[in-house]
Amino acid sequence: MNTSQQTVPLYRLAHSRTGDKGNRSNISVIAWHPALWDLLVEQVTEAAVARHFAARQPSAVRRYLLPQLHAMNFVLDDVLDGGVNDSLNLDSHGKALSFLMLDLPVAVPDALRTHLVGGP
Amino acid sequence: MTERSSLMIGCAAGFSGDRTDAALPVVRELIARGQASVLIFETLAERTLALAQLARRGNPDLGYEPLLDELLTPVLALCLAHRIRIVSNFGAANPLGAARRIRALAKELGLRRPRIAVVHGDDVSGLQHRALLERSLGRAMPCEPLVSANAYIGAAPIAEALVAGADIVVCGRVADPSLVLGPALAHFGWRPDDWTRLARATMAGHLLECGAQVCGGYFADPGYKDVAGLASLGYPIAEIDDSGDCTISKPEGSGGRIDERTVKEQLLYELHDPAAYLTPDVVADITTARVRQIGPDRVRLEGVSGHPRPPTLKVNACFETGWFAEGEISYAGARAVARARLAAQVLQERLADAGPLRVDLIGVTSVLGDDSSRWLDGPLDEGVRDVRLRVALQQRDRAQAERLVREVTALYCCGPAGGGGVRTAIRPRLGMVSCLVPRDAVSVGHAMVDELRQETQP
Repeated sequence: MNTSQQTVPLYRLAHSRTGDKGNRSNISVIAWHPALWDLLVEQVTEAAVARHFAARQPSAVRRYLLPQLHAMNFVLDDVLDGGVNDSLNLDSHGKALSFLMLDLPVAVPDALRTHLVGGP
Repeated sequence: MTERSSLMIGCAAGFSGDRTDAALPVVRELIARGQASVLIFETLAERTLALAQLARRGNPDLGYEPLLDELLTPVLALCLAHRIRIVSNFGAANPLGAARRIRALAKELGLRRPRIAVVHGDDVSGLQHRALLERSLGRAMPCEPLVSANAYIGAAPIAEALVAGADIVVCGRVADPSLVLGPALAHFGWRPDDWTRLARATMAGHLLECGAQVCGGYFADPGYKDVAGLASLGYPIAEIDDSGDCTISKPEGSGGRIDERTVKEQLLYELHDPAAYLTPDVVADITTARVRQIGPDRVRLEGVSGHPRPPTLKVNACFETGWFAEGEISYAGARAVARARLAAQVLQERLADAGPLRVDLIGVTSVLGDDSSRWLDGPLDEGVRDVRLRVALQQRDRAQAERLVREVTALYCCGPAGGGGVRTAIRPRLGMVSCLVPRDAVSVGHAMVDELRQETQP
């Protein structure tokens, strides 16, 4: 079957918040609409997120699924340069990382386009 | 059989430095609702306690939340008059000092003398605990001087203090959600191994512990997640029922918003495995949870599961690890990026023997790079016409750290053309390590402040 699709940033499918504990960051990805959930599970994978955060060199990326909430939780190890007490970063908590996550590209089939938020 | 009526818990602070005018609207709302109520303030982040220990070293009467007066003055009279009990970790490194200050504050305000309980046992920085720390940290035990070591203790001593009649319970390091679970245990009389109810009230606490973050604070993203009234955010109130499930709401007429999205973001905040959220009181599992909007700015959290509490307690220990120095200088107009980059190269050369230097170009990349500053070697947007160079390093030795401050300042005369607006800072650095200790190695409890005073007067 040949369906057309477009690639959009994750922020059109989901919202996100970052938390930190030590040198570990957790980043939630929460679907704007339940209809987008399967697509997120399929494309916003541990491998895709590890690639997207390659510049921060995570030693591990784990994904936890919460289908009842249409939400997933990513845990990225060793991405905070030691964490809030050791990092030289202005954002030593890594608070801004949720918006790095939200730039991850997702290919969306036409049938789901009506559920996208914002954009053209 | 009669079921106990719901318990209302309002939260008026989510960290040390939060808005101090948040409590009054929450307290007025609690009074208007007319049910059993508790007000909590959560004011201890991971590092706050170490800073409080340093403050106490400078003055033994200090070491508690610096904004204690500002937080309590607007609401203390109303809380005492309407039996709204106050539970907080604003005792930080000196809960007894905080309690004494609150007693004095009540007197200054002409109020009745509150019954104040102090929770103890979290502080394991003393010599008697040194062997425990060394054993538990093993090779992670730093050789630098210890500043603070605190166990995350649970809800039991808070509940006991409330049952004993405390108006105000002052804690140091307790797990944040325990500030909510403690009052729930005291109110409903749940068994300490009723894991389901404990887990549910714990997650109610988790939703409250960051204050406005569940009500539209830290959420707004114009055009995508709009929030009206960020300047007048209402802080959250959890209505907990005897099942442990809760409804989150906020004061009538306040700014902000509560919907399934704000609640889900906070539910997952600082969580790792959602099936095993570890606290000293219970292991909570939110994979079974449901989040449901039941009215305007009213969202219900139901169905959290619980498992037996861990046999260990988490301890955070902070050490003096040296000095942190940073400096900034701005470049604007034509070739601003090239001149800022040249300045960075000059600093890297001058400070080559002072340890790794972090470089940011504010206006190009200020937070997304890492401490290795590798991104600087790649292509940069040379079209940016207003950038601010920032450099930072950490050094054991203060004199070495001060070299950065001097070198950034010297760019005024020795650096590239047109650099302006130098700012520098140097401050002591605290490193932190964590470990788990056996629960029975930490002895916790509470004491009423007046009784304590009698004990110390033979």
